[in-house]
Amino acid sequence: MSDRIVRTRLRNGLEVRLKEIHSAPLISAWIWYRVGSRNERPGTTGISHLVEHMQFKGTPRFPAGLLDKAISRDGGYWNAMTWLDWTAYFETMPAGSIDLGLRLEADRMVHSLFDADEFESERTVVIAERQGNENEPTFRLAEEVQATAFRVHPYHHEVIGHMADLETVTRDDLVAHYRRYYVPGNAVLAIAGDFRSGPMLERVRQLFGTLPAGRPSETPVIPAEPEQRGEKTVVIEGPGDTPYLDIAYHVPAARSDDFFPLSVLDSALAGASSLNLFGGGISNKTSRLYRALVGGEVAAAIGGGLAATIDPYLYSIQATVRPDRTPEQALKVYDEEIARLLDHPVSGDEVAKAIKQARALFAYGSESITNQAFWLGYSEIFADYAWFETYLDRIAAITPEQVHAVATKYLAPSNRVVGIYRPTGERAHG
Amino acid sequence: MAERRPRLPVLDVRSLPGPQTIERRQLSNGLVILARENFSSPSVVLTGSLAVGSLGETRHNAGLADLTASALMRGTSGRSFESIYETIEAIGASLSIGAGTHATSFRGKSLAEDLVVLLDLLNDVLRQPSFPPVQVDRLRAEKLTGLSIRDQDTASVAQLAFDELLYGDHPYALPSDGYRESVTGLTDAAVHAFHRRAYGPAGMLLAIVGAVPAARALDAAETVLGDWRNPEQPAPPAMPAVRGLAGSARRDTALSGKSQCDLVVGSVGPSRFDPDYLAAALGNNILGRFGMMGRLGDVVREQAGLAYSVASSITGGPGPGPWQVMAGVAPANVERSLDLIREEIRRFVRDGVTPQELADNQANFIGRLPLQMESNEGVAGALVNMERFDLGLDYYQRYPERVAGITREHVRAAASRFLEPELMAMTVAGPGAGGS
Repeated sequence: MSDRIVRTRLRNGLEVRLKEIHSAPLISAWIWYRVGSRNERPGTTGISHLVEHMQFKGTPRFPAGLLDKAISRDGGYWNAMTWLDWTAYFETMPAGSIDLGLRLEADRMVHSLFDADEFESERTVVIAERQGNENEPTFRLAEEVQATAFRVHPYHHEVIGHMADLETVTRDDLVAHYRRYYVPGNAVLAIAGDFRSGPMLERVRQLFGTLPAGRPSETPVIPAEPEQRGEKTVVIEGPGDTPYLDIAYHVPAARSDDFFPLSVLDSALAGASSLNLFGGGISNKTSRLYRALVGGEVAAAIGGGLAATIDPYLYSIQATVRPDRTPEQALKVYDEEIARLLDHPVSGDEVAKAIKQARALFAYGSESITNQAFWLGYSEIFADYAWFETYLDRIAAITPEQVHAVATKYLAPSNRVVGIYRPTGERAHG
Repeated sequence: MAERRPRLPVLDVRSLPGPQTIERRQLSNGLVILARENFSSPSVVLTGSLAVGSLGETRHNAGLADLTASALMRGTSGRSFESIYETIEAIGASLSIGAGTHATSFRGKSLAEDLVVLLDLLNDVLRQPSFPPVQVDRLRAEKLTGLSIRDQDTASVAQLAFDELLYGDHPYALPSDGYRESVTGLTDAAVHAFHRRAYGPAGMLLAIVGAVPAARALDAAETVLGDWRNPEQPAPPAMPAVRGLAGSARRDTALSGKSQCDLVVGSVGPSRFDPDYLAAALGNNILGRFGMMGRLGDVVREQAGLAYSVASSITGGPGPGPWQVMAGVAPANVERSLDLIREEIRRFVRDGVTPQELADNQANFIGRLPLQMESNEGVAGALVNMERFDLGLDYYQRYPERVAGITREHVRAAASRFLEPELMAMTVAGPGAGGS
């Protein structure tokens, strides 16, 4: 399979990855920029996401409003997303129409307008987006947990940014951010689908190879998070009558060897979760924490999540506590279950199950052209495509001893933040 | 005036599901099974529905069909809850069942090698559920937690109020997941009785799509489900007529401690069986979906900057579901947003759509088919759709032609038939809405 992947770097620094897949008459093209909330500073948090929004506000060649219609007209699907480490844009189109997506991406890498009126209008749209998030107790809690876990590293703040910064960031700030990070040398173009690599690479060279390399962006120093010394707890209050728990442990980056046994640990503890952006996972009702917390009738649902990141981030467990129980009751059951895990390591059967689940989720996640192109680029941001290609083999090689070792190393109270959402009991009235 | 013939995408219709590639079998017990092969990945999807839903419920037992459907997988005469989930999770498979107004739907996915495991389990939970009391109690408590969360969610609260306001005493006014009061009162006996009476193979659909030869998939499904009989199974309840509103109506619900209000505006739309359905769906795409959320997105988000999300939807189910607009806006912008949305609806009904909009949206409806049919889930959904709404197995192959035949006059007629700007239901939920 990998022999059909083209990997090359254009002279202006743009990394290009092409993968032919002929199962459906579709092509998905993704452009990844190595910029996200990780690259932001206090005062302008949320700026990467704001720039992403402004990338839909037009260039001289493709005025705002024209493009979304043009892509929809061809039956295509496009979107963009900003995260901790990256900002990505994609178009999935009928194979014959992908050129429109490629021309657009080449054009807006350099020529976005950042019209002042459009920016002010978009500022209120993003503020509305944040307000919508704030309506969710789980967002409010996760934001506090993240801020408590990272004192120094910019993973401290949510991708959407602080409300105060959204209200004060200027158009000039955005333009400077755009100029600095939206350059070929800071991007990966990943295309998968129904094309021939030769002609596709030729077209990519025509459209992207002529873009100016730009000023090599000096890499700002991103401060490492010092080791946490002792458990931290954060409690917030809000409306409703449902408490939530969000327990987060510092864990290493995706490149670390420990990432793989942690992934197996997550399966055993909270259920197998897909690292994919799209496409569902499987249920977690045989996981240890489901049995303890939901089976033990203190929670209505639990979930866990491990993310592939550049810098060390968090492994977090969330529980929706039943309204007739307290967060402290749930935490006690949780702690007993973690103690049991450390006393009675995961079995060979649990590891074998996690491996089979990983194989199934991997197969599901490879089904769509969009997902294939996603991995082609995403893996390059935090590691390289070999990480993705060898993922299953590395998971399959994990032993119960390795899982026990990472459980002991990372699931210590001194390494975690316990977040509690305490409902105030306010209800709706009409 | 003659309309300009637009240039529309040309698809190779043979690549779409059609009579040549779909295997269909109707069993003597009423079950219809459909299968289509796809060997491009090693997985298989099964999806389908039973003709049982929440339609016959009242305010007092709302949520019964939902609780019953969710409880199916909590234990059977031969398997415990743990053993059911060990069976599927150990092989990386999934199976879920849930009830809506008209149907109880299921969907499952596994590696192709495990299709039989999935079918056996589906058969067992549909026919032999034991509803263990401990499990049903636990499930009820989980549902009540879900309802507590729902009743604090601004979008859900606005939607509940909208359905009540628009449908009055019609069953569509009731949420299929019920209310805290009604779910609290649902007994184990009621769940048993509902299952025994209402579940059966008549009207059941099952589609299997993936890396399994179609004939073998049909045989496997027939082997497990072919001998299911329920002589008591009733015909689906008749649906009363929808009365509609006598004038515009509005209901606000206060939810303190939130940052944003959600709002819903709309009226009663067409059923999927309505001859105007496709024209209405195309019109809806122009109003609130195409590109960045259609005309509404242009006006409310792009020009006024009032909302992150504003969109319109048309239900297209077996009955006259709503045709509605939803938006999330800052509390201070609620009235302005409502005015803008209503003005857009007025303009849409009064002036219709432009030739360019029609052509763009016809192209979108046709051009997006390959993307919709890319996944096994997408194809399985299409198979169920064709069967459920009597569209014919060649529906998607004829679809480009049908879409191309829609005129501006069709869209305008459908819009004015279903969207009466002065007879709208409007609801708002969030901070400051409605007072105390």
